[in-house]
Amino acid sequence: MPTQWFKREGNTLTLQGEWTLEHYATLKKALDGLDPKANAEIKLLGFERIDTAGAALLVNLLGVERAGQVDEWASDLPKSQRALIMRIASAMDVSLTLDTDTPNRLVSMLAGIGAQVEGLYRQQRELLGFIGLVLATALPIMINPRRWRVTATVAHVQQSGLNAVPIVMLLTFMVGAVVAFLGATVLQSFGATVYTINLVAFSFLREFGVLLAAILLAGRTASAFTAQLGAMKSNEEIDALKALGLDPIELLVLPRILAMLVSLPLLAFIGMLSGLLGGAVVSAVSLDIPFYQFMNTLQESVSLNHFLVGLAKAPVFAFIIAVIGCLEGFKVAGSAQSVGAHTTSSVVQSIFMVILIDALAALFFMEMGW
Amino acid sequence: MSGTDDQEPVIRVKGLVNRFGDHTVHENLDLTVEKGEILGVVGGSGTGKSVLLRSIIGLQRPNEGTIEVLGTDLSTLDNEARSRVERRFGVLFQQGALFSSLNLQENIALPLIEHIGLPREDAEYLARIKLSLVGLSPEDALKTPESLSGGMIKRAALARALALDPDILFLDEPTAGLDPIGAAAFDHLIKTLRDALGFSVFLVTHDLDTLHAACDRVAVLSQKRVLVADTLENVAQTDDEWVQEYFNGPRGRAAASSFVQE
Ligand SMILES: Nc1ncnc2c1ncn2[C@@H]1O[C@H](COP(=O)(O)OP(=O)(O)OP(=O)(O)O)[C@@H](O)[C@H]1O
Ligand SMILES: [Mg+2]
Repeated sequence: MPTQWFKREGNTLTLQGEWTLEHYATLKKALDGLDPKANAEIKLLGFERIDTAGAALLVNLLGVERAGQVDEWASDLPKSQRALIMRIASAMDVSLTLDTDTPNRLVSMLAGIGAQVEGLYRQQRELLGFIGLVLATALPIMINPRRWRVTATVAHVQQSGLNAVPIVMLLTFMVGAVVAFLGATVLQSFGATVYTINLVAFSFLREFGVLLAAILLAGRTASAFTAQLGAMKSNEEIDALKALGLDPIELLVLPRILAMLVSLPLLAFIGMLSGLLGGAVVSAVSLDIPFYQFMNTLQESVSLNHFLVGLAKAPVFAFIIAVIGCLEGFKVAGSAQSVGAHTTSSVVQSIFMVILIDALAALFFMEMGW
Repeated sequence: MSGTDDQEPVIRVKGLVNRFGDHTVHENLDLTVEKGEILGVVGGSGTGKSVLLRSIIGLQRPNEGTIEVLGTDLSTLDNEARSRVERRFGVLFQQGALFSSLNLQENIALPLIEHIGLPREDAEYLARIKLSLVGLSPEDALKTPESLSGGMIKRAALARALALDPDILFLDEPTAGLDPIGAAAFDHLIKTLRDALGFSVFLVTHDLDTLHAACDRVAVLSQKRVLVADTLENVAQTDDEWVQEYFNGPRGRAAASSFVQE
């Protein structure tokens, strides 16, 4: 069976030709067709070319031990090729097979669900632990104004608060307009279009102003916090701070939380105003409710406590968004890929928590009759 | 596979100029790398060794000058021809640059699957041999890059650079972060593979032992150009303050004497 790569004469098999990576697949198949026991003697007279892949096949054919002694029995082979074969043989003198047992599909599915649930539980526990840590760090600093990081806080207020004003205004204005349209369409059939004003006012003061601002900041700021802290974590900057005896919670987390506590209530207030404005514009343009009538109704039939109920939620949302953003940043491990994964997770978690808390708060306020 | 004449240098850099803004890194730099040689490239931090390497493999477009690799100027080729030349390179980046979404054996198997078209099983088998060759254990094959130490990243990156048995190997500080035993094994491995496969090596290093043990010639990057490129003995004789300090300072002398004694 003469081929490009070996030649059989009686009881000897001479290996030759190009034992290289390009021919790996064909060469491997040709060698599989050989019965190794039948070839008592293998002769190596020199290969035209041999690289690491070819040498690996050769070592497989000869066995690690015999390939490792190629110096002793194949003196016709050029020295460099012998050195290569021996080097590869020693590299292959370990167990190269990996025992990866493929588990049962059903079992692995159940295990996956279990792992998810456990992960969720652990996530919530970590969140509670982190909140505790933040509060414990914050208390001694609050009574000591010299340790307030005013510059960092102001910078974060600008980034997460001031810079978000246009987008919050635009969004709430449009939602205000949509709510007014919806209200008008439904209320028209009862001839009660004028209650559109109450609808817009109630929904924005109690819910939408603060909720929309919070969701926007969850997308915009929680992700930014996670990315910033995550990049620092994967670059070992956080470890460097700790090694310098500095507290990353005090330096990095508290200014961000404080900035959110300042920004979100203001943004919520702006959101309420511009939502009302959106409603007023729609009312004026398509429902023939003039602007002054809108203002009058607002003043007469909408009491202050709706506004307070709405605004009271803002600091809670702010705190939870900032804490989740920072915690996810600290959870980043190693690679840049992990930064991406945790950023996604921080946005999803903070939006989820905001809506969950909002729902619970709505129930609570309703029962209290506020 | 080897398209170059033995006489032709595999890398020929002429009049290279690289600038970042108004900061000139290279000014009229000339360099050749001969076929089958191991060229050590040394120079102080920030003298532009990595930038030179990136220019040669076509990642950094030079402001002026021509660079011929394996007989062609990469910047004149279309994408497909360029990819054919590029797959004959093996590159170890200074930071490793392993793909973080893949485990080690997948990192090394990737070029084998994409360029050679090997079945995944074969490619991963060869990958494990490569890992063992550079001194990692095959059990590390399933680890992800983020769980590796700095030295292990260097080794794995070397294994990936060797994956296709390249014609030119570009190594940016391969022994930085390796223990001395691992570094010596690396020197030996590079020489063994070079002797058997006949590739050329462009080796950026600060490691004086590697220069002595593995390099045929040494190029010194200084004053924005290649100050001298010659055998180690000749380079060490060069009348230049930095070169003298480098090779005849305490560390240089220690490395030199340990190789004379051997
Ligand atoms: N993308 C870039 N933008 C601006 N300047 C750069 C860029 N890349 C490199 N430089 C500059 O080019 C110079 C050379 O950098 P290079 O990374 O090549 O140094 P090096 O010789 O490899 O140093 P080291 O031994 O520390 O690795 C440095 O001054 C660096 O600041
Ligand atoms: Mg460098």
